Amino acid sequence: MAAPDRTPDGKPGLWRRHRVALAFLAPAAVLLGIWIVYPAISTVGRSFFDRDGSEFVGLDNYEQIFTTDILITAIKNNAIWLAVVPALVTAVGLVFGVMIERIRWSVAFRTAVFMPMAISLFAAGVIWRVMDQRDPDVGAVNAGLAAISDAIDPPGTLSGAAASTEQLEGTPQRGLSFAEPLRSGDVAPLGLTAIPPDEVPEDAVQARAPPALDDGIVGVVWVDFLPGGGKSGVVERGELGLPGVSVQLRDPSGGTLERVETDADGAFAFVGVGAGEHAVAIGPETFAEPFSGVEWLGPSLITPAVMIAYIWVWAGFAMVVIGAGLAALPRDVLEAARTDGASERQVFRRVTVPLLRPVLIVVFVTMLINVLKVFDIILSVAPASSQDDANVIALAMWRTAFGGVNDFGLGSAIAVLLFLLVIPLLAFNIRSFRREV
Amino acid sequence: MRIRKLHALALIAAVFALALAGCGDDDDGDGGVAGDVSGSVDIAGVWTGEEAQSFQAVLDGFRAKYPNVTVSYDAAGDELPTVLATAVQGGNPPDLAAVPQPGLVSDFYDQGALIPLDFAEQEIRDNFTPGAVDIATFDGQVYGFLFKAANKSTVWYNVGLYDAAGVRPAETFDEFLRNARTLKASGTSAYSIGVDAGWPLTDLFENIYLRQAGPEMYDRLAEHRIPWTDQSVRDALETMTEIIADSGNIVGGTSGALQTDFPTSVTNAFKENPDGANVIEGDFVAGEIDASTEAKPLTDYDVFDFPSVDGSEPVVVGGGDTIVMFKDTPASQALVEYLGTPEAAEIWAERGGFSSANRNLDTSVYPDELTRRTASAIADVDTFRFDLSDLQPAAFGATVGQGMWQVLTDFMENPDDVNGTAAQLEQEANRAF
Repeated sequence: MAAPDRTPDGKPGLWRRHRVALAFLAPAAVLLGIWIVYPAISTVGRSFFDRDGSEFVGLDNYEQIFTTDILITAIKNNAIWLAVVPALVTAVGLVFGVMIERIRWSVAFRTAVFMPMAISLFAAGVIWRVMDQRDPDVGAVNAGLAAISDAIDPPGTLSGAAASTEQLEGTPQRGLSFAEPLRSGDVAPLGLTAIPPDEVPEDAVQARAPPALDDGIVGVVWVDFLPGGGKSGVVERGELGLPGVSVQLRDPSGGTLERVETDADGAFAFVGVGAGEHAVAIGPETFAEPFSGVEWLGPSLITPAVMIAYIWVWAGFAMVVIGAGLAALPRDVLEAARTDGASERQVFRRVTVPLLRPVLIVVFVTMLINVLKVFDIILSVAPASSQDDANVIALAMWRTAFGGVNDFGLGSAIAVLLFLLVIPLLAFNIRSFRREV
Repeated sequence: MRIRKLHALALIAAVFALALAGCGDDDDGDGGVAGDVSGSVDIAGVWTGEEAQSFQAVLDGFRAKYPNVTVSYDAAGDELPTVLATAVQGGNPPDLAAVPQPGLVSDFYDQGALIPLDFAEQEIRDNFTPGAVDIATFDGQVYGFLFKAANKSTVWYNVGLYDAAGVRPAETFDEFLRNARTLKASGTSAYSIGVDAGWPLTDLFENIYLRQAGPEMYDRLAEHRIPWTDQSVRDALETMTEIIADSGNIVGGTSGALQTDFPTSVTNAFKENPDGANVIEGDFVAGEIDASTEAKPLTDYDVFDFPSVDGSEPVVVGGGDTIVMFKDTPASQALVEYLGTPEAAEIWAERGGFSSANRNLDTSVYPDELTRRTASAIADVDTFRFDLSDLQPAAFGATVGQGMWQVLTDFMENPDDVNGTAAQLEQEANRAF
């Protein structure tokens, strides 16, 4: 109340001169102080203390960042993200930006590419998590691959089946063959198990071991399983034959002499095989597994999988910014270049791109900063089992401080590291913005 | 104690104290006959939604018996640990609490915040299976008991696939493995495992360890008095590989299981064209089946006890909410006594979604056959042990990508490395303890 309005020398006081400005600044300053400045300072301080904040540990937390495997992986992944994603987003945005200037359906195209920007990164992550599922019945990406793969390399009729006894040797992947050498007059029971009931052909009937032939080798391919297991290697009542299985007659050196298909009761016969030892086998193509899907969300592909989702989201942003830059390009320069005989390619490389440089740099640097902070999309795309492999600095910070570990000391140290990495980029971006304005 | 946290605690405690002001000073009733007890009692718990309504029904039963006592329930949900820890720090805890984390109970005991339940000890010991009281017994004194229990020693199976393969629920682990081979031969995968985060593997490990190494070793391991590199741990891991290394018999193989979350693994076993026959998890599987498949109890899905390993006696690994007392008033004593009675358990049991460790509860009150079985297994068993990973510090026992969850997930990827896994567990345990 009684504050002097004027200092002794007669000039208005500091308070008086700035009170309007201060009054306007105060709310923002208070909020920034509470929510930004204080937590930032407190985080830096906290990073020098141990997990429950009771003991000063100096730089131990920082040392731990660079000696813990999970955190080193996070830093490495972040480096990969920085090297790959901003450049790709800018390049894709440039291509799209140039494209929408030339194609007819540019509005529809622009809308489609920009659409992902309208949903949150987390939701985009959830979408990609489902699309990237390994099971082709669930994941759209693998469903597409499965359609192609199964057309090129069709699955066998009995994928997943296994031999019921030791009488069959080999593996389903390499084909199963009867272990004993066979001669004319022998019978070869080729029992198989692990066949789901719905994979048995509908025309199958009770299996039957055919009677031996004088001048041939006979046998039966059947589902050697009864509820409870049944007796292995013996055709029992209730066990179905497997019709339509291609059985090969081989000479002792492994060359295929003849192929027959089994009957409805699973029986097959090679007539007139002559003297000498032979082998009977079911080839690997019968057991070929259907395409089982690429493990996009597994440890080795998870980072590329998340990157694709991320680029899908941000390509729209890059396209719009670069498109705006393109629209603002001086047409006369382009026309002049064309008149001087430059090809479209030369115009693009020598005129368009250099003129667009400032815009491209803004997009690139904005993406650099975004990529350094990348967090939620990884959390939503990567299943828990591969989050360690998809880890980045921001995610590592969250998981260390809040994700149950509750090591706020180490978590703060990671946050400070991230902050230090972002500062130069931020400074650069602010400076280049200023120059433009 | 850390300074900054104290500030926060004080702030929250102040808010909490205001909220509780109404139920502050308790009248000094003189106890004894039910109608004579007067005053008020408040209890905090995790139960929300339908569970909270069921618990209100239990409290209504209490009110009918003690008309002069006002009782209120604070549903704190998953924030209960924070709320309670704050309230205890601030010196104004609720009269009673139902705590799901045994670690928190022992923390409160260490802080001297808990009051021994001497007045009801005999009743509690008579009613409850010993394991349900042991978890809150310190220095021979009872400080709490498991009011609501959960059974994690169960195997849920697809009845149709079992019939097609001609196998029956197994009583021994060897029989279980034999059945798995038969199931495989019949054309289905035996196991549907949703490893994703890793906790289903900890439950499998605990069930095997408790049976193979016995309850004494289990207790020692839980308190980290033996290292995780102990032979018993390695034996249990070895036994575990019989299941988790049998990649061809797991839905989606090992790599598929690692990316499958728990609800999906349940759906895979009980959907219309099921891929797998067994889900080895606790009694909460039933709720998951009801929520996401058309399968009906008994005809489509059924349950049996986790099989005995090396001839082990029946044991149950489980979880649940422990009733503890922070303030000693006649009203809170009355409520503790009441919650220890079979009639209190009966009210909730009838409503469903509840298993009691109270042996004197008439199991016919459970609404369905399967709950009756999984619940009475808890009450009948002589050895009940709390889920071991829940007894560990959270960083080791209950965190995605850390500790037991992560090490056992890695183990499933690389099941040959039993020694390395044990060493890794020990290293992570040392870091957390």
